[in-house]
Amino acid sequence: MTAAPLLQVEGLTTLFRTGRGEVAAVEDVSFALAAGEVLGIVGESGSGKSVTALSVMGLLPEPPARIGAGRIRFEGRDLLAMPARERRALRGAAMGMVFQEPMTSLNPVFTVGDQIVETIRTHDRLPLSAARDRAVATLARVGIPSPARRMQDYPHQLSGGMRQRVMIAIALACAPRLLLADEPTTALDVTIQAQLLDLMRDLQTERGMGIVLITHNMGVIAEFADRVLVMYAGRVAEEAPVEALFDAPRHPYTVGLIGATPTLEGTGGALVTIPGTLPRLGDGLPGCGFAPRCLRATAACRAAPPPMVEVAPGHRVACLHWDRPTPGEARAPRVPA
Amino acid sequence: MTALVLRQGLLGPTARRLLRHPSFVLGAVLFGTVVVLALAAPWVTEVGPNRMAVRLRFQPPGEMFLLGSDNLGRSMWSRVVWGARLSLLIGAWVVALNAVFGILLGLLAGYFPRLDGPLMRLADALMAFPAVLLAIGIAAALGPSVTTVIIALAVVYIPRTARILRASVLVVRELDFVQAARAAGATDGRILRRHILPNCMAPLIVQLSFVFAYAILSEAVLSFLGLGAAPTEPSWGILIAEGRSYIREAWWLTFMPGAAIAVAVLGLNLLGDGLRDVLDPRLTVERT
Amino acid sequence: MAAYALRRLLQSIPLLLLVSLIAFGLMKLVPGDPAMVMGGPNATADEIDAIRRNLGLDRPFWVQLGAFYWNLAQGDLGRSLLLGQPVGAAIVERLPATISIALYSMGLTLVFGLSIGIVAALRHNTIVDQAAMVIALLGVSLPNFWVGLVLIVLFSVQLGWLPTGGYVAFGDDPVGWLRSATLPAVSLALLQIGLLARITRSAMLEVLRQDYIRTARAKGLSEWKVVGKHAFANVRIPVVTVIGLIFSVLLSGSVIVETVFSVPGMGALLGNAILRRDYPLIQGGLLFVAAALMLINLLVDILYAWCDPRVRIGGDAR
Repeated sequence: MTAAPLLQVEGLTTLFRTGRGEVAAVEDVSFALAAGEVLGIVGESGSGKSVTALSVMGLLPEPPARIGAGRIRFEGRDLLAMPARERRALRGAAMGMVFQEPMTSLNPVFTVGDQIVETIRTHDRLPLSAARDRAVATLARVGIPSPARRMQDYPHQLSGGMRQRVMIAIALACAPRLLLADEPTTALDVTIQAQLLDLMRDLQTERGMGIVLITHNMGVIAEFADRVLVMYAGRVAEEAPVEALFDAPRHPYTVGLIGATPTLEGTGGALVTIPGTLPRLGDGLPGCGFAPRCLRATAACRAAPPPMVEVAPGHRVACLHWDRPTPGEARAPRVPA
Repeated sequence: MTALVLRQGLLGPTARRLLRHPSFVLGAVLFGTVVVLALAAPWVTEVGPNRMAVRLRFQPPGEMFLLGSDNLGRSMWSRVVWGARLSLLIGAWVVALNAVFGILLGLLAGYFPRLDGPLMRLADALMAFPAVLLAIGIAAALGPSVTTVIIALAVVYIPRTARILRASVLVVRELDFVQAARAAGATDGRILRRHILPNCMAPLIVQLSFVFAYAILSEAVLSFLGLGAAPTEPSWGILIAEGRSYIREAWWLTFMPGAAIAVAVLGLNLLGDGLRDVLDPRLTVERT
Repeated sequence: MAAYALRRLLQSIPLLLLVSLIAFGLMKLVPGDPAMVMGGPNATADEIDAIRRNLGLDRPFWVQLGAFYWNLAQGDLGRSLLLGQPVGAAIVERLPATISIALYSMGLTLVFGLSIGIVAALRHNTIVDQAAMVIALLGVSLPNFWVGLVLIVLFSVQLGWLPTGGYVAFGDDPVGWLRSATLPAVSLALLQIGLLARITRSAMLEVLRQDYIRTARAKGLSEWKVVGKHAFANVRIPVVTVIGLIFSVLLSGSVIVETVFSVPGMGALLGNAILRRDYPLIQGGLLFVAAALMLINLLVDILYAWCDPRVRIGGDAR
């Protein structure tokens, strides 16, 4: 990481106005992404991963949402300080996003062709025919058979997997340098999931995009990510290169996540679950958000949020007891039964 | 499942949510004021609605007459307050008939598939006419009277109420507890009474509050066209019709009774919106 | 599309038969001898007899019903007693005034109803939203003929800007038409603006929550395009369904508003027919309005299918 990173997030805090006052959905989150790198963000639903991505894209409805603190730099430019118009010009062009729900993410009353061409023509002043050609080419590239004919189709005429390919085509139509993918395969069948992940990997190597891949699936992370950000209750719990994370997870939550992942080999003995649930937003625990569920937790954990510690090059963890695994933690199931 | 909440009695959480709902509270206050004034008519008016004082004709609203006086020197305040009695009485009758026949026909159509077709086709045909126009037609045929207005408005709005009830019955009929009751050998009558009807009350109550509003508005139209009560016993619509002849000299003769209608109907609409939000959030604002 | 329209047209025939049966039945509701009611208290026995023969009231019920449908099949709605003119012709003669005011009023409704509803949704939970909803609620709570009277007091009696009533045909004098049609159109439109604004607002709020709106923003579209194109194209689907309802309210309203403003239209014709107990005219007029409304609803259904490709094309892949 010698050059300026493609995306750099520093101390991001995103607040939501609720009936109980403003609560932080994301708190003090920092990470960087180099061009051509794949960063995986994992965590349970409600851990703040989607809110992080939407904050980067600037797609959160304000109100109720508000960026409370922090900086988001894209290719060195501060997105939050930028006029709305400039930021909009980046959206869909330099940075694209793919959402979780292909069934509802396309506008039902416009054809697939309209929706891609519209993106192209918003950012590149092309004649209609040229935009159409590029749309067809993009559809072909994401693996849609007879793309010229599919241009006339409405979303409801396509299957879920096809719709997600269209979503990817829309995100890629203007050759973005950053792609945010928020659980892009979660809503799809397992076989289609694999196909789409292969497609995204091919596109990534071909175009050298930086990708932020959000998922709750450690299997997808293992296969696809270069580096991983583990989030818990709106904060970063651990950040590490993917091998380091799986070989030597330091945060007790990560340990639990890996233990709770059914491996592809299908061994692994009993499925381990992490006891307890995610704290609710705004419960106002002063200390580490994971402490109530943690076997290592001590009084110090509950007093203040633990600082980030760099435990190896590029491996950071927010845990006071990162070097003191407790017996009985969910690491065991790796041992064959 | 809000219907289940309602079944536990109105003093539960539903009532508390209603009392916190601003439009329900405002509506209840507006409409409640009108009802109380109408009921207390003898005590809140100093002179009767037909007491003439010819030398005090066309007094503008002010100290002498709160809402002014009419062409025969009658107090508009008194006439509007007493008029409220008739307008509200007609509205209440229409609502009562709607409740009885709307429930009956809605339950029959929703529960017995063989009755559904014919009843709903009849409802479709009645609803093919614009509501107020059909009421005008019926009232014109029956001849002018208060009873006529009540019958005409009931006939017009009952199909709409029955349709709403039928739609809920169709849903509730398939729920597990109804199937369970049927499996346990409960009779149709008992299932309808004990299991289905209580769970269809929320949309019905919402609908009835709107029917009350339409009834007051439509009564005014029918009376204005001379199809309602006799002028000796004025409703709001008749007061507007009477005032119309003097609109150049005394605007308050038309304005005051219309404003009274507006307050009552606005109250009912606010009330209905609040009931709908709290009892049955899925309903749309569609209305006739 | 054409097949769909034809199918809907055929489906409405049984309904039309039932609707006309109701219109026929209305006259059977007249208590006592309808001929005597129509003739009035001063009519001689001969006159009443003539009315009775004219309307075929002396014949058996089934013969009357048969004759009614036979005439209807030939487009004959009966003959007005007072005008001595066929009901159909009398209505057609007065239709231009009614239609021109209805269209004017519909134009006002669409412009104000849609924009109030959309602005309220975009400014959801702000003072703008609340103000818009108060206006909409007043619209559905005020009696429209009373609004007409209040407008007359304000704009005709007090300010003297517009005439208190009467009607000038558009073809004769466009400015005169505008002056004579504005107050009736506004008093009719108020209720419908309230209706449309409320429906538009809730539809817009629903649409703005959808994922595809977020997609549109993620594509970098301007807010104008997100709302004006992506949101509106979906909002118009539920909105189209209430156009039939709005026309229904409009037709009801025209009877009384035309009476108030002495507009020589179909509404005032019906209003007069009611006052004079001209039953054939009431019957024919109601039937005409119901048939027109059914036709409008048919067009609305086609428009609906045209707006929503899921209905128009079908073939859901799921």
